[in-house]
Amino acid sequence: MRLILEKRAETPLAMTIASPLIAVALTLVSAAVIFLAMGQDPWAALHVYFVAPLSDSWGLQEVAVKATPLVLISVGLALCYRSNNWNIGAEGQFLVGAMAGGWLALATHGAPQGPWLLPSMLVVGAIGGALFALIPAVLKTRFGANEILTSLMLVYVAELLLDWLVRGPWRDPQGFNMPVTVTFEPEAVVPLLLEGGRLNLGTPIALLVVAIVAVLVGRTLKGFEIRLVGEAPRAARFAGFDERRLTWTVFAISGALAGLAGILEAAGTVRMLQPGISPGYGFTAIIVAFLGRLNPVGCLIAGVFLAITFIGGENAQIMLRMPLDVTRVFQGLLLFYVLACDTLLLYRPRLVRSAAA
Amino acid sequence: MPPLIEAQQIVKRFGSLVANDHVDLTVAAGEVHALLGENGAGKSTLVKMLYGLLQPDEGRILWRGEKLVLNGPRDARRAGIGMVFQHFSLFEAMTVAENVALALDGEEPLPRIAARLAEVSRAYGLPLEPRREVWQLSVGERQRIEIVRCLMQDPQLLILDEPTSVLTPQEAEGLFATLGKIRAEGRAVLYISHKLEEVRRICEAATILRGGKVVARCDPRQESAASLARMMVGTEVGSVRHDAAEPTGPVRLSVSALSMPPAEAHGVALKDISLTLHRGEILGIAGVAGNGQDELFAALSGERLAPRAESVALDGTAVGREDINARRRRGAAFVPEERLGHAAAPRFSLSENALVSGHAANGFVRGGFVERGRMLGWVDAVTKAFDVRKGPRDPEARALSGGNLQKFVVGREILRKPAVLVVAQPTWGVDAGAAQLIRQALVDLAKEGAAVLVISQDLDELLEIADRIAVIFHGRLSQAMPVQGLTREALGLLMGGSGFPADDAAPGAAAREREPA
Repeated sequence: MRLILEKRAETPLAMTIASPLIAVALTLVSAAVIFLAMGQDPWAALHVYFVAPLSDSWGLQEVAVKATPLVLISVGLALCYRSNNWNIGAEGQFLVGAMAGGWLALATHGAPQGPWLLPSMLVVGAIGGALFALIPAVLKTRFGANEILTSLMLVYVAELLLDWLVRGPWRDPQGFNMPVTVTFEPEAVVPLLLEGGRLNLGTPIALLVVAIVAVLVGRTLKGFEIRLVGEAPRAARFAGFDERRLTWTVFAISGALAGLAGILEAAGTVRMLQPGISPGYGFTAIIVAFLGRLNPVGCLIAGVFLAITFIGGENAQIMLRMPLDVTRVFQGLLLFYVLACDTLLLYRPRLVRSAAA
Repeated sequence: MPPLIEAQQIVKRFGSLVANDHVDLTVAAGEVHALLGENGAGKSTLVKMLYGLLQPDEGRILWRGEKLVLNGPRDARRAGIGMVFQHFSLFEAMTVAENVALALDGEEPLPRIAARLAEVSRAYGLPLEPRREVWQLSVGERQRIEIVRCLMQDPQLLILDEPTSVLTPQEAEGLFATLGKIRAEGRAVLYISHKLEEVRRICEAATILRGGKVVARCDPRQESAASLARMMVGTEVGSVRHDAAEPTGPVRLSVSALSMPPAEAHGVALKDISLTLHRGEILGIAGVAGNGQDELFAALSGERLAPRAESVALDGTAVGREDINARRRRGAAFVPEERLGHAAAPRFSLSENALVSGHAANGFVRGGFVERGRMLGWVDAVTKAFDVRKGPRDPEARALSGGNLQKFVVGREILRKPAVLVVAQPTWGVDAGAAQLIRQALVDLAKEGAAVLVISQDLDELLEIADRIAVIFHGRLSQAMPVQGLTREALGLLMGGSGFPADDAAPGAAAREREPA
């Protein structure tokens, strides 16, 4: 007996839904094995990881706070990936967005500010992210440079730039030499929505973005163009779509959304600039995008799931003294299983009797 | 004496589809046996089982009266069965001898293989230079490699899948002479084709499949092409009604002195192409594949812009620098050669595929939003007018059979009532019924006043529907000649390059030009 993969004529809808669920189930099984190997009771550990974060209002708010940047970034990445543009540098675009918007907050610090400040910061942050994302896009269309490499390398540029700014020109003089800026003034901070938590206006903004992008992809000609270029590039040329312009467009959109996520994080959750304002949101969002089937609503669900693993990881660190790296391992496993299960969409596994004579 | 090979009651199922339903086939030694049938009749499935690529679910194969079990092509070759596929499997960067060596199962040293190759190619009249690299060779020469490397394994049965579809008439004659020599040695040939005239000339027996079943066995020499077609299709195949005429109306499409470098490393440069196409006229462009047809289509459609605006004109307006959608808005329509991937996106629904070519000029988009209802209405209209057979109302393009998808992508354009239609390979790999419907639609469109340009490798098709025919060779286009008085032989010579400037006609010259500098 051997296992062969037969190409499917048509992808069944049930498989499209089942594939990410199977991936999640396999991740949970692998997680249990890892817990066991670390000398933990797997049931208790899984409970701490995946159930405890959802059991009180504070935990739920934390999940929403973590999910917001993931969803914002992944929705933009999904547009890129659907059109065969491999933007791996959302982490850098996130940081540049935070720096661009943060610059406005710092420049007006101590001067009279108004209600215009926060919206302006968000816009400037989005523009910053978009411009930073256009660098790999232009390098790709102008010189044929591989965007996977260029966008990834630019992450380090952004990280080091932020590092330099908060240790140099933007350092808080009263900050005891810590690499941080001053704390933003109240007008420059994203307002909270509830008492006793950190849920802020960023979350409804992310939901709005999901709705807008869902309509864009499903109902507009631009969305059709994005899907067609990725699915059948020659047919897209036959449709008269300009692949180069589309590359710029999707990189700009995804950079803007990553930048928006960056400034929302800086001005909402952290309220200052410092190194490490992102626990790898830009990279985790890649997993979210694929787990969500490159679909905006799917990204929303997947973003919440990944956020739970972040909170669960923090819980486990406190309650079970497990290293935070375990969370990274889970996220990596999840991406691995998601991509592996995608094979089931295009192929049907079948056992055959050995044909060898 | 038992027959050379005998397939008895072969059944092969793919899921719920029965591709072969109790098929019997008998081929005697020294016989050229035709396997006839429309696309999807089960011919390929049957020969794949005879070559060991598939295993039958039921039934058995007898080889000289003894049961033969084939677990793979290697078993088939060992038994004495060779096969030449429609799509070649050759490495372009390797020499002829190296390609042959790769296919042989033994461990013969290369010089000996080259010597044997030269000997076999001489004996069968298949001239080949062992040391040439494959990328320099024409399609006909590449096919010779495939045939020679089959013959070097000394097969008793040679299976040929649609061998003449890529050859000029003269090259096909050469192949027929080779088949004669193979038969004279007592070897058998199983010849898959849908070119009925050819089958009548060279085959002495035929098995006809329809819907996975054997529907007839006959001696094709005793039949007419029409009676063979009737057996294949099951009903009378109508002929296309068309009276070729000299063009008289105003010029709708003109190309003047169009020259373009190739878009990619192995492409063909277009050189000084000129043509005019009148209202009510069908102009055919004949030629062997890979002589610039793709490049010409891209230049006419606007997928690639011409260097000068005047190079291409629609109804007198210079459009060479306009993109494909601007040309569509001026009333032009296009059907590319590749159905799946170029004309249609495989995993998109038909309504979305209506949007592919219709978003600019068909009113499917309002304020940036897609009007799904109108697209569905368009799908329904095409389905009705062109008899597109499909299960659900709006399936994915790849779920349709080749013929039905072709009817859809041709119908999608014709229903727009274009002023100019440029269509490449309108009936490539399409069953006889669908081909007839598509050709008639092209003729009717021209009759209503459109200008139709048909790029095709099928000479019979062009002779049937075109008013004038021009030949493309190494990126140059011949004069367009009225079909009256035009012979297949004359066209064949042009397709082989005679009558074109000598710098292009030299063997390998075009190939060398394609080398990136």
